[in-house]
Amino acid sequence: MRESDHIAALRSRAFLVLVGALFLSGCDMVVLKPAGDIALQQRNLILFATAVMLLIIVPVLVLTVVFAWRYRRGNPNKNYDPEFDHSTTLELVIWACPLLIIIALSAVTWTHTHLLDPFRPLERLGPGRPLAKGTKPLEVQVVALEWKWLFIYPEQGIATVNDLALPVDVPVRFSITSTDQFATFYAPTLAGMIYAMPGMDSKLNAVLNKPGQTWGYSGNYTGEGHSTMRFRLTGLRLADFDRWAREVKQGGGLPLEASRYLALEKPSEKVPFIRFSSVSPTLFDRIVNRCVEAGRPCMNQTMNHDMRHGGGSPDAGGLGSGTMPGHGSMPAPGDKPEAALEKDAGDKGSSPKVGMPVGPDYNARGRDAEKPGKPQTPKAQANP
Amino acid sequence: MSDNRLMQTIFGRLTWDALPLHDPIVLPVFGVVALGGLVTVFLLTRYRLWGYLWKEWFTSVDHKKVGIMYVILGIVMLLRGFSDAIMMRIQQAIAFGPNEGYLPPHHYDQIFTAHGTIMIFFVAIPLVVGIINFVMPLQIGARDVAFPFLNNLSFWLTAAGAVLVMTSLFVGEFARTGWLGYAPLSELDYSPDTGVDYYLWALQIAGVGTTLSAINMVTTIVKMRAPGMTMMKMPIFCWTALCSNVLAVAIFPALTAAFFLLMLDRYVGTNFFTNDLGGAPMMYWNMVWIWGHPEVYVLVLPAFGIFSEITSTFTGKRLFGYSSMVYATVVITILAYLVWLHHFFTMGSGPTVNSFFGIATMVIAIPTGAKIFNWLFTMYRGDIRFDLPMMWVVAFMLTFTVGGMTGVLLAIPPADFVLHNSLFLVAHFHNVIIGGVLFGLFAGIVYWFPKAFGFILDPFWGKVGFWGWVIGYWIAWTPMYVVGLMGTTRRVNHFDDVSLQPYFIVAMVGVVIIAIGIFGFIMSIVMGVKHRRRLADTTGDPWEGRTLEWSTSSPPPHYNFAFTPVIHELDAWYDMKRRGYERPADGYRPIHMPGNTASGVLISGLALVMGFGMIWYIWWLAALAFVGLLAVAIGHTFFLDRDYVIPPDEVARTEAHWHEQGALT
Repeated sequence: MRESDHIAALRSRAFLVLVGALFLSGCDMVVLKPAGDIALQQRNLILFATAVMLLIIVPVLVLTVVFAWRYRRGNPNKNYDPEFDHSTTLELVIWACPLLIIIALSAVTWTHTHLLDPFRPLERLGPGRPLAKGTKPLEVQVVALEWKWLFIYPEQGIATVNDLALPVDVPVRFSITSTDQFATFYAPTLAGMIYAMPGMDSKLNAVLNKPGQTWGYSGNYTGEGHSTMRFRLTGLRLADFDRWAREVKQGGGLPLEASRYLALEKPSEKVPFIRFSSVSPTLFDRIVNRCVEAGRPCMNQTMNHDMRHGGGSPDAGGLGSGTMPGHGSMPAPGDKPEAALEKDAGDKGSSPKVGMPVGPDYNARGRDAEKPGKPQTPKAQANP
Repeated sequence: MSDNRLMQTIFGRLTWDALPLHDPIVLPVFGVVALGGLVTVFLLTRYRLWGYLWKEWFTSVDHKKVGIMYVILGIVMLLRGFSDAIMMRIQQAIAFGPNEGYLPPHHYDQIFTAHGTIMIFFVAIPLVVGIINFVMPLQIGARDVAFPFLNNLSFWLTAAGAVLVMTSLFVGEFARTGWLGYAPLSELDYSPDTGVDYYLWALQIAGVGTTLSAINMVTTIVKMRAPGMTMMKMPIFCWTALCSNVLAVAIFPALTAAFFLLMLDRYVGTNFFTNDLGGAPMMYWNMVWIWGHPEVYVLVLPAFGIFSEITSTFTGKRLFGYSSMVYATVVITILAYLVWLHHFFTMGSGPTVNSFFGIATMVIAIPTGAKIFNWLFTMYRGDIRFDLPMMWVVAFMLTFTVGGMTGVLLAIPPADFVLHNSLFLVAHFHNVIIGGVLFGLFAGIVYWFPKAFGFILDPFWGKVGFWGWVIGYWIAWTPMYVVGLMGTTRRVNHFDDVSLQPYFIVAMVGVVIIAIGIFGFIMSIVMGVKHRRRLADTTGDPWEGRTLEWSTSSPPPHYNFAFTPVIHELDAWYDMKRRGYERPADGYRPIHMPGNTASGVLISGLALVMGFGMIWYIWWLAALAFVGLLAVAIGHTFFLDRDYVIPPDEVARTEAHWHEQGALT
């Protein structure tokens, strides 16, 4: 191929890239249009890594086409050399090029994995906006239920279902858990997703920088109602957020105590937004330790008991430390599930945990439930 | 009441309700499959083919026939898995806003689970194992694999697993858990019906087959190479087959153990992966991915091997950087064990652990990149013939490279946080599995088909198949990358945001084009058979091949090689041709060969019955089948008359026949 062919090939390539860019700009790529500083840094990392990789990917793609064309059998002007199967210089180059790219990416990976660790408290609100020392983040507790999201604001003493409101430019610290399934808490414009797992308390530190409304999802499949497990994310200015919290507090919603939580916990789909005017302050801890139901021992108590009666602290480092005691162990929390072999012959294929999902009528019991009417499209909307 | 109890003892939980008599979608499919089955049975009986099939194929221990049966199984299951894909694409293209689509979650969730399970376990694995089975012994100059009976048993165990999965379509239900059956969703509490049991038993039975096959292949490569073939003179495909099977031997026990513990949870009431009572669901995720990630390399390494063989053949050159290719393969094999955690960065393992696994994942891109360059420089200064296999190579290089790039992107933990569980991720692994594994397998099938059957596949329809797959792939999956960046998560059966709909419609068009590709592939076989005289290969070497399999006739005789070849160089057949090799016409010696056995079919059939009994809680049947299985297995060890000798004059006749055939053309 001559030089001019090269340029023509490159030009057509540039044209394709341009068309692609136009095509992509037509849609709302929320991952690339973040509203929060963490998501922004994650977006920038994606763009940077892609650019670095294109340094090697584009030449490979171009060379593939060029070689395939130039060394085709029909081309009489080629230099056919059947014995050319080794070149130390070339081999050094072909191992070194990917190596250099990966070294660069690894360095960035190491620093950014630490900087953007969801457990790490925020140090800034945005580029060039460091956080004042001692700023206390807003606490939000997130519980993934089948198939809806419960958000508890312990400082405000309120809770909502499927409706997450956050003050803009205030760092937020989420504590994330789940009742039965592994869901992921995923608000694409705010920050990356984190697994919500039963018996575990994950953390996510993030901040929202723009007011407005978007939607969040559960990334991981959790069963029948997975597709409907969405929540609204509303960014409010601080004063608006305070007003919103007051409204929820005084709006006449029901209090969220253990019994009402247990009713809410039952599988249900397409649950409209619900507001609770107060929350039992220990509720989240009891959800994490799987002892909301009266009479169930909490996981942390069991572990504490076993630690004292058994092998001691798991951190002690001695042989067998932290293991279960042989005798005198506290009864483990939870119900013993019935195995297939133990089931009554007439009761095969059922489980107390599975039934037909309850429809959205749960809400009839909450007086102040906000009826969103039709499900709304998850497009960004103006600040309400 | 006692009558009822008796029925439950006899039939477990199997009742008439298990049949899809009221399902508007499954019932017609059931009808068509049942009709097709009856027609097949009728035709086989009519033309008296049962005896032939039983004697020549089902009970055969010939590695070539076992390999072909594996490939047929893989292609049949590809059609099933692809039907699932079309159903999902249609659902996602129409289920927007008020339209709920035609598949309720209950059905849709089974379909995506079945699609993933079938495509990996019953399409990719059988095709890879089948091609290795057929090609590898020929390439190393062996007459069969190390354990011929085990090979037949492995195939039938895999087939038994496939039959169980297919049964779930019509009797009961399949799992609704996703293709890895993550705990706690797959625990009895949340999935009490037959779905997960079908999943577990099908994969356990097939998994035993795959493990045994891997042991067999490793032993064959290590112990049965022709004299003179040192490891560094072994064809590169055999190297990739070796590494792939070494991986498989090491990882399948982890999967078997994970499934076994989950079975204990479900059947006996242990608490390995339950939420309560000290269970650790996260442990299940670790165990399945300790299998799951290396599994990707189990599949893609042999595909790399296929591409290497084809590139070298069709460029008329030795493979560029053979030894660096071998080292790259070995490095990938080792690193494959060290990356599984990247499948759940978002579980919060902490930044140091995440960084380790992220960087380990990226490091794999180095040897993989080196491989791409090696193919590139094999083409450089070559004399490239663009027959269909070589077209697949170029399509692979252009497609797979992009998939590799998005893979490295996903290996960066903070980037993975926003892309995990999204359709971007789904697009990535389809990009590498279709663009890498499947393209490789198609290339391999086209390339070695004449060796297996004595004629090449119809080139026109083969090209229709090629373009259908390549164009269809890009149209189907590019929009998925885009919607992934729009924050769309996977396994969703209905969307509220109508602005996403155009992308899913484009994807559906793509899958229709892929359907044309599949049609073209099948037509290339049909038309190839029809025009087999015109497309015949009498030389045994239709592509100017370079490795030993091309030195024997197409199809090869039972015994592969009349004389065990002696190897002096890499690309042994090229070397022999260059030295003016002539086939010996006399001096044949008796050849010792393994004989057929029905034990493989029997053991696998009993395993299938046992699995079915366990799934439906028909305890007596499962117990009986298990005892029968043990009896056959023990009985087989007393069956000592399992080999035969081909006398020299028969070898002479076979060889002479081939000579005459070659002389006629």
